[in-house]
Amino acid sequence: MHSLDYRANALLIFSVTALAFICAIPSFSDKFSNQNPSAEIQILNINRFKKQSYGNDEVSLTLDITADLQSLFTWNTKQVFAFVAAEYETPKNSLNQVSLWDVIIPDKEHAKFRIQTSNKYRFIDQGHNLRGKEFNLTLHWHVMPKTGKMFADKIVMPGYSLPDAYK
Amino acid sequence: MGWIGETIDTIKSIQIRQLLTQAISLGMIVTSALIIWKALMCATGSESPVVVVLSESMEPGFKRGDILFLHMSKDPIRAGEIVVFNIVGRDIPIVHRVIKVHERENTGEVDFLTKGDNNREDDRVLYAKGQLWLHRHHILGRAVGFLPYVGWVTIIMTEKSIIKYILIGALGLLVITSKD
Repeated sequence: MHSLDYRANALLIFSVTALAFICAIPSFSDKFSNQNPSAEIQILNINRFKKQSYGNDEVSLTLDITADLQSLFTWNTKQVFAFVAAEYETPKNSLNQVSLWDVIIPDKEHAKFRIQTSNKYRFIDQGHNLRGKEFNLTLHWHVMPKTGKMFADKIVMPGYSLPDAYK
Repeated sequence: MGWIGETIDTIKSIQIRQLLTQAISLGMIVTSALIIWKALMCATGSESPVVVVLSESMEPGFKRGDILFLHMSKDPIRAGEIVVFNIVGRDIPIVHRVIKVHERENTGEVDFLTKGDNNREDDRVLYAKGQLWLHRHHILGRAVGFLPYVGWVTIIMTEKSIIKYILIGALGLLVITSKD
């Protein structure tokens, strides 16, 4: 009952349980934080809009993205992954989500920003349905904690559209 | 030196019945670990409910040695989610983020494209030859939670398997020579 093995074993089990408990608490405290992020996106220019040789439409555009995600950061936040996706539907596909740009925000100071950029990832449709297409630009964010449960949310901004003809 | 003599005496004085009892207790411990693992598989709906991050392709979010908890629900997989998937021909599952989703109107089938946060290019170079998209059946689960550093134990045991043998040997010796 008092040998080294028993004592070492008891110590190990206790410390692992205590550590697990401690890791769960900050994650639980994240539930009570007040979050009100905001964002605004403008399309500055449609740079290119053509049909590829395979028959799929491709768009290249320049976006002006303003966002304030500072309220998402708690003491348990390691980073916030934010990305802008174009979301639209076509006759063949009930949902298309294409990520256009993303950023890793490592701390609160970097979470309020304004950036003008062309799309980081190619906006390619499955088909040639993009002429005159109306779509939403959604800013998604995924919060990665220092330990515990990850959570995510988004702001949907509707009302964008592509030109009726190729450019 | 006296300790070695004691150990040898203990091994010599082992009776068969005592040895069998200890073997059964060990077996019970191993089986209960297995039961817990299988129960976790059922609860999370995923074939591997816990995975260890092996590469740096998701830094700085997930570093090598972190543990990810997976969950697979019927909810559709959407852009931005971190998923773990298998590629035909590769035996280690990959943990990356979904960047493109195309869901078919009629059949409900979905095409996904993934990319590691720290990689420059998307994952098409990793997919099997001729494969442009991932489908639901490739996906093992969504990452829902994470613990840092705990996975290093698994990495060390896999990469330096001598440590695995030393550990199991020491455990075996401990079981045989314990006085109960």
